[in-house]
Amino acid sequence: MTKHPDRIAVAERTAGPDVARRPGVGSRIASSLGYSLGLPMLLLVVWGLLATRSTNRFFPDPLTIFEAFVDTWVGPAFVEDVLPSLYRLGLGITASIVVGIAAGTIIGLVQWLRELLEPLLEFFRAIPPPVLIPVVMLLLGITDTMKVVVIVSGAVWPILLNTIEGVRATDSVMTETAESFQVTWWERLWFLVLPAASPRIMAGVRQGLSVALILMVISEMFASSAGLGYRIAYFQRNYLIAEMWSGILLLGLVGVFLAVVFGIVERRVLRWYHGLREVNRA
Amino acid sequence: MPDRSTLLRVEHLRKVYESATGNVEAIGDISFTMNAGELVCIVGPSGCGKTTLLKCLAGLLRPTSGVVEMDGAPVTGPSPAMAVVFQEYGRSLYPWLTVRGNVELPLRHKKFSRAQREKLVTDALVAVGLDHAARSHPWQLSGGMQQRVAIARAIAYQPEVMIMDEPFAAVDAQTRADLEDLVRELHTSRNMSILFVTHDIDESVYLGERVLVLSKSPTWVQEDLAIDLPPTRDQITTRALPRFTELRTHVYDQIQRAKRGKTVDAQPAR
Repeated sequence: MTKHPDRIAVAERTAGPDVARRPGVGSRIASSLGYSLGLPMLLLVVWGLLATRSTNRFFPDPLTIFEAFVDTWVGPAFVEDVLPSLYRLGLGITASIVVGIAAGTIIGLVQWLRELLEPLLEFFRAIPPPVLIPVVMLLLGITDTMKVVVIVSGAVWPILLNTIEGVRATDSVMTETAESFQVTWWERLWFLVLPAASPRIMAGVRQGLSVALILMVISEMFASSAGLGYRIAYFQRNYLIAEMWSGILLLGLVGVFLAVVFGIVERRVLRWYHGLREVNRA
Repeated sequence: MPDRSTLLRVEHLRKVYESATGNVEAIGDISFTMNAGELVCIVGPSGCGKTTLLKCLAGLLRPTSGVVEMDGAPVTGPSPAMAVVFQEYGRSLYPWLTVRGNVELPLRHKKFSRAQREKLVTDALVAVGLDHAARSHPWQLSGGMQQRVAIARAIAYQPEVMIMDEPFAAVDAQTRADLEDLVRELHTSRNMSILFVTHDIDESVYLGERVLVLSKSPTWVQEDLAIDLPPTRDQITTRALPRFTELRTHVYDQIQRAKRGKTVDAQPAR
């Protein structure tokens, strides 16, 4: 009954991995590197030119900042300030993702719970987390836990709300299919509900990451004695301008790093989704 | 002839949808039986509650009153004795699973060893001619092939009856003919019992051993017609038989009658 072997072959070829193996991969990588690094390079050069002509001491040139970067962050400061910050950031992100997806799945699946909680969730989401810092500080003291709680209190919302929405919107025919084949509750969760919601969940995680980074810095600016945010605030107050800029640069690099890791995970998790969309667009 | 005991018995099935704006009686009173190993087609005018009937049979909807019995036991929910092939293959196959993963999913909770499960899946994929596409994702396949995956999933589940809800309504005519022959082949070579819902009169006569013509809503069985065509069917010769033309004309008349709402004065097809 192989009546359309040619059509199947075509279908597999268009979606197969050999798409990337076309000749000229080297030149394509070079050109994409050129595109992604070209503008930053240009901006650096422009900055350098402007800085040499400016006498404003708040506006040092890139080389000074680079030197400050090496002096400030390479060495003990990395262990004392950067690593603890990254540790709390990682903990906060992990907790946000776990809590957001777990609670979001339950709320998304149980209709009465959703109707009960939705107005409340919107309310909590609308509260800017930095205003909670003094309160959390009173409750938990000036501890790592307090900082992680502040990060989670902001980063969890986009993940939670997107998961609820994604779980709720599971296609009715897909659900009926699972029902008619008597797929068990856990299998339904793992093979239907979570994958179906994964595009929304990933969108929520992407938003959550940037919120987490912001809150990591802010949580360290209040009554803290170590950490990236604390250091940057310290440099600002003491007019160590080049050092301050180098801290901001480091924050930007942490952001880029998070985006890259997220991109790799997203491509793996949502490979089916991007493939499907490409097919539908064609 | 294999043993043809009663497999599915439907008695005085009635379904009323209740809503704030008033109740809608989708199914009035449907009764019929289906024997093991039979291929029964259900046709009716559009909007006659075919899908509602099918969902009641598959245990996805609770009938308002009446009985559905499978092997003598009442159907109160989805049953392992039935597998449904839905019309919208694009929404019934999971795009994040491969073809093999889709066929395998309903078998996970059955108590098979891994090897048994793999064998069932491979066997079902071979039966629909898709064993070479097992590692593709459904969306990489054409519509007809996706519906074959859905059929393979139903076969691997080893139901006593396969229920198909207008499965070929969304594919092109040539693919449709191929798929019809696939259904005939599964029926004859594997002795599968198939309940096939369609709105296509020619399809119902070509495929079925019996055709149930439904009235318009609120629905009852307007006619239970035996299709006395030879069991070996072929798209060209069978459709060219004078008897085929007679039967399809008869069913067509019945449907027209049903649309106009004329009642049970059905003359038997000679």
